[in-house]
Amino acid sequence: MDILEILLSASFWTAAIRIASPLIFATLGELICERAGVLNLGIEGIMVAGAFAGWMAVYSGMGLWGGVCVAMAVGMMFGLIHLALTVPFGLSQHVVGLGVTLLATSLTYYAYRLALPEVTSPPKIEAFQPFEIPILSDIPLIGPALFAQTPLTYLAFILVVVVSLVLYRTPLGLALRAAGENPSAVEAQGLSVTGIRMGAVIVGSGLMAVGGAFLTMSAFDSFFFEMVNGRGWICIALVVFGAWKPGKALLGAILFAAFDALQIRVQQTSLGADIPYQIFLMMPYFLSILALIVMSRRAEVPAALMVPFNKGER
Amino acid sequence: MRLEPIANPTLARSISLPFAAIAATVVIASLLAMAAGANPFAVLGLILKGAAGSKFALLETLNRATPLIFTGLAVAVAFRAKLWNIGAEAQLYAGALVTVVLGTGALGWPSGLLLPTLAVLAMLAGAVVLLVPALLKVRFGVDEVVTTLLFNFIFLLFISMLLEGPLKDPMGMGWPKSARLIPEARLPRIFDGLRLHWGFALALIAAGVVWVIERRTTLGYEMRAVGLNREAAQFAGIPVNAVLIKTALLSGGLAALAGFSEAAGLKGNLTLDLSPGFGYTGIIVAMLALLNPLAVIAAALFVAGIFVGADSMSRAVGVPTYLADIMLATALLLMVLAILLTRFRVVRE
Amino acid sequence: MTGRDRLQDDAPVVLRLNDITKTFGALTANDAVSLSLCRGEVIALLGENGAGKTTLMNILFGQYTADSGSVEVFGAELPPGNPRAALDAGVGMVHQHFTLADNMTVLENVTLGTRSLWRPGLDRAAARAKILKLAQDFRLSVDPDARVGALTVGERQRVEILKALYRDARILILDEPTAVLTPQETDDLFETLSEAVAKGLSIVFISHKLHEVMAISDRVLILRHGKLVAEARTEDMDKHRLAALMVGSDVAAPEVAPSEPGAALMSLQGVVTPDQGNAPGLKAVTLALRAGQITGLAGVSGNGQAALADLIGGLIQPAAGTLALADENHPHWTPREAVQSGIARIPEDRHKTGTIADFDLTENAILESYRDAPFSRRGWMNWGRAEAFTRGVIDTYDVRCPGPGTRIRLLSGGNMQKLILGRVLEAEPRIILANQPVRGLDIGAVNYVHSRLLEARDNGAAVLLISEDLDEIMTLSDVIHVISEGRLSPEFPRGTMTPAELGVWMAGHGFDDEVAHAS
Repeated sequence: MDILEILLSASFWTAAIRIASPLIFATLGELICERAGVLNLGIEGIMVAGAFAGWMAVYSGMGLWGGVCVAMAVGMMFGLIHLALTVPFGLSQHVVGLGVTLLATSLTYYAYRLALPEVTSPPKIEAFQPFEIPILSDIPLIGPALFAQTPLTYLAFILVVVVSLVLYRTPLGLALRAAGENPSAVEAQGLSVTGIRMGAVIVGSGLMAVGGAFLTMSAFDSFFFEMVNGRGWICIALVVFGAWKPGKALLGAILFAAFDALQIRVQQTSLGADIPYQIFLMMPYFLSILALIVMSRRAEVPAALMVPFNKGER
Repeated sequence: MRLEPIANPTLARSISLPFAAIAATVVIASLLAMAAGANPFAVLGLILKGAAGSKFALLETLNRATPLIFTGLAVAVAFRAKLWNIGAEAQLYAGALVTVVLGTGALGWPSGLLLPTLAVLAMLAGAVVLLVPALLKVRFGVDEVVTTLLFNFIFLLFISMLLEGPLKDPMGMGWPKSARLIPEARLPRIFDGLRLHWGFALALIAAGVVWVIERRTTLGYEMRAVGLNREAAQFAGIPVNAVLIKTALLSGGLAALAGFSEAAGLKGNLTLDLSPGFGYTGIIVAMLALLNPLAVIAAALFVAGIFVGADSMSRAVGVPTYLADIMLATALLLMVLAILLTRFRVVRE
Repeated sequence: MTGRDRLQDDAPVVLRLNDITKTFGALTANDAVSLSLCRGEVIALLGENGAGKTTLMNILFGQYTADSGSVEVFGAELPPGNPRAALDAGVGMVHQHFTLADNMTVLENVTLGTRSLWRPGLDRAAARAKILKLAQDFRLSVDPDARVGALTVGERQRVEILKALYRDARILILDEPTAVLTPQETDDLFETLSEAVAKGLSIVFISHKLHEVMAISDRVLILRHGKLVAEARTEDMDKHRLAALMVGSDVAAPEVAPSEPGAALMSLQGVVTPDQGNAPGLKAVTLALRAGQITGLAGVSGNGQAALADLIGGLIQPAAGTLALADENHPHWTPREAVQSGIARIPEDRHKTGTIADFDLTENAILESYRDAPFSRRGWMNWGRAEAFTRGVIDTYDVRCPGPGTRIRLLSGGNMQKLILGRVLEAEPRIILANQPVRGLDIGAVNYVHSRLLEARDNGAAVLLISEDLDEIMTLSDVIHVISEGRLSPEFPRGTMTPAELGVWMAGHGFDDEVAHAS
C-alpha cells in the first residue's frame, strides 16, 4: 500500500478527524485563554484530569454526557487554581502553569490508585459510538470522515464555529480580545479585566478537560497513565500555528492529525518495517516544532499575553 | 484588589509566609491521606521516618537528591536569565547516553582519566541538546517552553530507539537496556561501606561553582541583567543573545551531569527509567530555592526526602506514592504565592 | 475664543469633588482636594509632574479609590473605585497614555464595553452611523474601519475623544492632551473642545503648559504636592503668576549662554533605517553633531525619533548611508561600540531601558562599563571598585538614596535620572544623546538635568536633545531640526523660527520629498 493509496482511503481520513478532535477542544481552550492574555501551561495536566474524571464518572454509573460535564467541571476547577494565582496576583504564568499540570496529573493518578487499587488492566466503559448522519455520510471519502463520527467530534467542530462567532461577532469577544491586547483599554471602558481573564481561563480550562475526556470516552474506552502524552504541549504549538484564530487552529489540528494518522499507517507498510517505530512516534513532536518555527515570524501574538494587569498600576 | 510593593519587608513576614505555605501543604497532604483511609499523622510520620529516620533512609535521600541538585541548578541558572528550560529531562538523558556510549568499553582508560572525560563530554552533549531550542529562540523567536518540552518526548524516543537498536545489551535477555559500564567508568563511593557515590560531592561542588559564577563573574552579572530586564540589558550593550546561548550551554551541561552521575554513580547502565522525571522535578527544586544555587542543595534534599519518604510510607500503609508529587506541586504553587506576598501587600480597592 | 463670555454665573454644578485624600505608602498624592465644575465650563488643573493631577482624575474616574472624600456627578454621589459607574454617570476620560487596542478597528475600540457583554451581535451599522455623526458634529475625522495600530498619534487621540462622546459623556477629562500634538493639531483639538462646550459639555483640562491653560480655560486650579494651593478665574491670572504658584517659589531656569560650536563629532550621511512596525525608520537623514553645541530634535512622537536614537545609541545599523564619528567610519555598530566611542546615552524610558528595577544602584551604575577595568578583569567582577564608583556618582550627582545597595525601583524618577546622568557623564563623553531627558520630572530635577547638559556642552561635548516639548527644545537648543515621518528638516539656528513655523514642519510640510527618495 503506498502513501497515495492511504491518503485516498476513507478510513485514513476518519482516523485523522478522530485524532484531531481532542486537539480541537484543547486548542480552542488554550486559544481562549491566550486571547485574553493568559498562557495556560496547565493544559497537559488538565487534559489528564479531564480524561480520568469523565471516564470515572461514566464508570461509576453516570451517563456519557454527564461524564463530559464532570470532566469539564474538573477542568474548570484546575483553571480556577491557575487563574487565582496568575490573574489577581500576576504570578509567573510559566511556573504556575507547570505547577498546575503537575498538581492535576498527580492528583489524577492518586485518585485513580485510590479508586482502583489493584487493577492491572484498567476497566472499560461503554464509550460514545459513531453516529452516521443520514445521506451526508454516504458521500465518498468526506462522508465517513466527517459525518460518521462520535457526537463529541461533531461538538468539537460546532465549537470552532461558536468560538469564532463569539470572538469576532459579540461584545464579549471584543472585550476578550481587548483584554489580551491592551487591558487598560478594557478597564477604561468600565469593564473588569480580571473578570474577563478569569472567565476565559475557566471556560478554556473546561474545554481542555473535554479534550482529555475525548480520549477516554470516544477515542478509547478506558484510562491509562501517560495517555495524554504531550498532546497538551502540541495544542500550545497549534495555537501559535493557527495565529490565535479558531479557523486556522482547526486547520492546523486536522493537518497535524492527518500526519499522525499517516505515520501510523506507513509504519505498517514495507517502508515502515525498515525504520524504527520510534522515528514515526517522534514525527508529531518534530512537526509541532517545525510549525512553531514557520509561524513564529508572521504570527500576531496578543500584545498583552503573559503581561499581568495590576489595576491602577502607577 | 491591588498589589502594593513593600519597601522593607519585616523578617517576621519573610519567614512566616513561606512557613505557612509549607504548613498548608502538610494540611492538604493530611486530608488526602485521610481520603485514602489512612491516619494522617501516621502517614506524615512514616514519610519523615522513611526520609531521615535511619542511616539507610538518609543515604537513600542523599542519593535521590544528587540528580535533583544537578537538574535544580540547571533550571535555576536558566530561569535566572529567563530562559525557560523545561527540557532538563532530555539533557539528563543526553549526559547518560554519552556516559554509556563511551563508558562501556569504547575508551579503555584508567578511572582518573576516564571519569573526568566522561563528565565533560556528557556536559557537552547536554549543552548541545539545549543549544537547539536556545538557537531557535534567539534566531526565530520560537518560545523555548514548548520546544524544550517537545524535545523531552523526542529525546526519550531517541533513547528508546538506541536501546532497542545499537545500544542494546546482548546479555540483556531482550530488555531495552544498555550494557554495563566498565569498572573504570563507575563513580566510586565516598566512604567505604556507605552507599553514597562521588556524584553527590560533585553536585555540591557544582552548586558552589554556579554560585560563584552568578555572584562574582561578568557572565553571572549579564545573566541576571538579561533575566531581570532584557530591554535594558540590550540597551546597555550586554550581548543578550550570546548570554542566552552561554546560559543554555551551562544549564544543559548541568542537567547532563545528573545523567552522568546517575549512570556512572548509581545504576551502572542506561535504561528508559533512569530518571523518574528528575528533569521536571528540577523545576520545583529551583523554584523552592528561589533560584539561589546554594539553596538548591537544601531544596533538593527536601524534595528527595519527600519522594523517598513517600515510597517507604506507601510500602507500609498503601497510600499511593503520588502523594509526594501532590505535595510538591502544592508546595510549589503556595511557595511562589508566599514569596510574592513577602514583597507585596494586597490592598483592597 | 474662550468660554468666558458664554458662561453664565448661574450655570448648574455638574461635578463636585469633596475633600479627596489619597496616599500611596508614605506619599500623599492628594491632600483634601475639593473642586467643582459647572455646566459649559472649562477648568484647567495645573501642576508640576507629581503634583497629584492624574491621581485626582483617576479617583474621579474610579480607577483609584480615595482614602477619604467623595465624588458627586450631577448631584449624585459616585460609588468609589468603579469606572463603570463614572462612565454611566456621563464622565469620559481621555488618558495621557492612550487606552486603545492596536489590533482592533476604531469602531471596535469605540464600542468596546458599550453593549452588554451577554448580548449577541455588535450592530456595527448603527455604531458606524453614530460614530460618523459624532465625527462630523465635533470635527473629529477618522475612519471607523481603520485599524488603530495604523493611526497617527493625533488620530488616536480623536478616537479616545470619540470613545467618550459615543457614551454620551457630559463631562470630559483630558489628561495632558496636547503633549503629543503639533501646534496645529492642538488648535484643532481646541476647536473640538469649543464645539463640545457649546453643546453644553463641561471639561477638565489637565496640563502644565501655561499658554494653553490661559487660552482655553475659564477657571484654573493649581495643585502642588497634592494640595490645592490656588483657584482663580483665568482672566484674573497671567502666565507669570501661574508659574510661581505652580512651583511654589521662583525657580530660576539655567541661563543659556550662546555656544561656541566646533568641529562635527558625529555625522550621518543619507542614512536610511527600516521601519519598525508602525514606527517609521529614517529616510535619507543627514545630520552633523558639533562639539560645544546642543542640537534639538523637535517632532511629534512616533516620527522617527526612536530610530534616530537607536541608531546613535548603537541598537540599529544604517541600512544605507554612513554613520561616521569625527575620525572613523563605523560599519559594525553596537551599543558597546557606541559607549566606547564616547557616546553618552540617556534613554527615553528610564524605567524600561535605562535601569533594571530590581538591580541595586551599584549594579545599575556599571551597566555599560562592567566589562572594563577596574569593574572587572578577565571575567571576574570587582564589586568593591564598582561600589566605590557608585558612591562617587551618588555624591557628585546628588542622588538621594539610602545607599548604593538600594534597589533602584525604590528611587524617585528624578534620582533615577541623576544616577543615569552620573553613569554616562562620568565617562567624559564626547557626544551626548539625551532622549526626553526630563519627561515626568519635577522642575527642580528638570533644571538640574538641563544645567548638566549645558555644562557638558560648554566643556565641548556635542549634545543631541530629543524632546516632544517644543518649549524645551527652543530654550536649550543652539540649532533645531524637525523630524517628520523619518525625514529630517534643514538646520534652523536658534531664534530663526517661531513655534508655529516649526509646527508646519512637524506636521510634515516643507520637506523636499525629492531628497527623501534620492537615496
